[in-house]
Amino acid sequence: MVAAIVNTLVQGVLIGGLYALFALGLSLSVGVMRAVNVAHGDFIVVVSYLLLSIATGFGLNIFLALALVLPVAFLGGFALQRYLLQRVSGKAVLAPLLVTFGLAIIIQNGLLEGYGADPRVLPGGALETKVVSIFGMQLGLMPLVTLAAAIVLIFALDRLLYKSQVGALIRAVSDDPGAASLIGLSPNQVYGIAMGIVGMTVAVAACFMGLRSNFDPASGPGNLLIAFESVVLGGLGSLWGTLAGGVVLGVAQGVGGQIDFAWQTLAGHIVFLAVLAVRPQGLFPRY
Amino acid sequence: MSEPRLTVEGVSVYYGPFRAVHDVSLTVGAGEIVSVIGANGAGKSSLLKAIVGQADRCEGRIAMNGADIGRMGTPAIVRAGVALVPEGRRLFPNLTVEENLSLGWRVGRRGGPRLADVYDIFPVLKERRSSPARVLSGGQQQMVALGRALLADPRFLLCDEISLGLAPTVIADLYALLPGIRDRGIGIVLVEQDIGRSLRASTRFYCMLEGRISLSGSPDAFDRETITRSYFGS
Ligand SMILES: Nc1ncnc2c1ncn2[C@@H]1O[C@H](COP(=O)(O)OP(=O)(O)O)[C@@H](O)[C@H]1O
Ligand SMILES: [Mg+2]
Repeated sequence: MVAAIVNTLVQGVLIGGLYALFALGLSLSVGVMRAVNVAHGDFIVVVSYLLLSIATGFGLNIFLALALVLPVAFLGGFALQRYLLQRVSGKAVLAPLLVTFGLAIIIQNGLLEGYGADPRVLPGGALETKVVSIFGMQLGLMPLVTLAAAIVLIFALDRLLYKSQVGALIRAVSDDPGAASLIGLSPNQVYGIAMGIVGMTVAVAACFMGLRSNFDPASGPGNLLIAFESVVLGGLGSLWGTLAGGVVLGVAQGVGGQIDFAWQTLAGHIVFLAVLAVRPQGLFPRY
Repeated sequence: MSEPRLTVEGVSVYYGPFRAVHDVSLTVGAGEIVSVIGANGAGKSSLLKAIVGQADRCEGRIAMNGADIGRMGTPAIVRAGVALVPEGRRLFPNLTVEENLSLGWRVGRRGGPRLADVYDIFPVLKERRSSPARVLSGGQQQMVALGRALLADPRFLLCDEISLGLAPTVIADLYALLPGIRDRGIGIVLVEQDIGRSLRASTRFYCMLEGRISLSGSPDAFDRETITRSYFGS
């Protein structure tokens, strides 16, 4: 009994690591650009397909494929911000929402056209089946690596934002874009860099999503919802909070799934709403 | 070549159909302190915003050392050497004092004073360098705003009501720094609602009334009553 409960909790924490990976990019773009990118989940899916094509096409290890995709993802994020999102930012709140909504539809249909509707997985090699024993529990190595990746990525992002010069630029523009231009900073340039970093987190999320679960062209909106709930649960602007939000969702889903399989996703949403009702600012608000 | 100077010619600033600044011309030379006085709403801030390219809509010509800067964006104007210490200071509230200051240097022209120089001028900022700017007192925030602008190594420094809301001793300290800045060859435009202090600090002044220049010249050339009349209108 106790072992089963502990197992449910641990599995929840592990899936929370994946959710945090989904959410990190969204957390950054909401925090810096103050805009919700409705296509965030679809970006993750499109990069998963890109990784799939590279890994299977060239017979590359998936993590090597990821390393190749990271700079592309940075440039993709930068270009997306500079040449598309920037044109509609600051006008009306609705405009960026509509543009990214349109992008989501284009991506979903494009992927359906190019890859078909069949679910895919990324090839994880030996990592897929490896199991390690911790305190007598048999845990998959892949979920552990995913959680570790989330922790490392959050640590790196936290350092970048709060300890580096680039981070200071990003936070300055996020605080007050008008004041940033008054000291000679070009906010649009900085937004581009921030979105490039978001692109890199999307690539990491795409890799682990594809390794841990099936994905198909319609997986995006589900990822977006998870990411959104993790960000809000954790508290806007807090990276570690985003991990906590993901873990809370993961555990809630695990516990719900134990009660009744149909309850799995619903339990996550219910806990999300419940926490929001008691703590509208999220668990760990940054300010 | 003409001597280094910032020139504003026939500038008007609009907010929608409303004309907040009406055909204003003004000039400041390198190493000169000029003040712009006027009551609340006279258009002083709008004029300064227009100079750094932050006005929504603006007509007229703005030139630095003969080169037109009126069509450049704000970041480019600032990097060319025009720094504004804005009304309300506009610090980055969640950045530390040191981050606020070093961004000024990093993004600026990097030729002038360094962080250590600013800490020499304002020792209290060194003590508080790791605090977020939002927790500082008004006077300390104004020191950061001024320090940040100086670190950008400006040729021309525009100060919008740096004395607003500060204790008289703090104001006196800030004003005491201005001659030193001027003597490094920087042209300063001081915008103030307060008449006395800014006029004493400057060699020339412009008085604004409802968007227009109502009087200008040397402070010594007019008696107090004439200036007051141009300030309030009669
Ligand atoms: N953003 C704005 N939108 C509309 N009107 C404005 C705006 N900013 C200033 N004004 C108006 O323009 C006039 C001049 O304002 P301002 O330049 O701030 O004057 P001052 O700095 O001399 O107090 C005022 O009548 C003010 O109400
Ligand atoms: Mg003003």
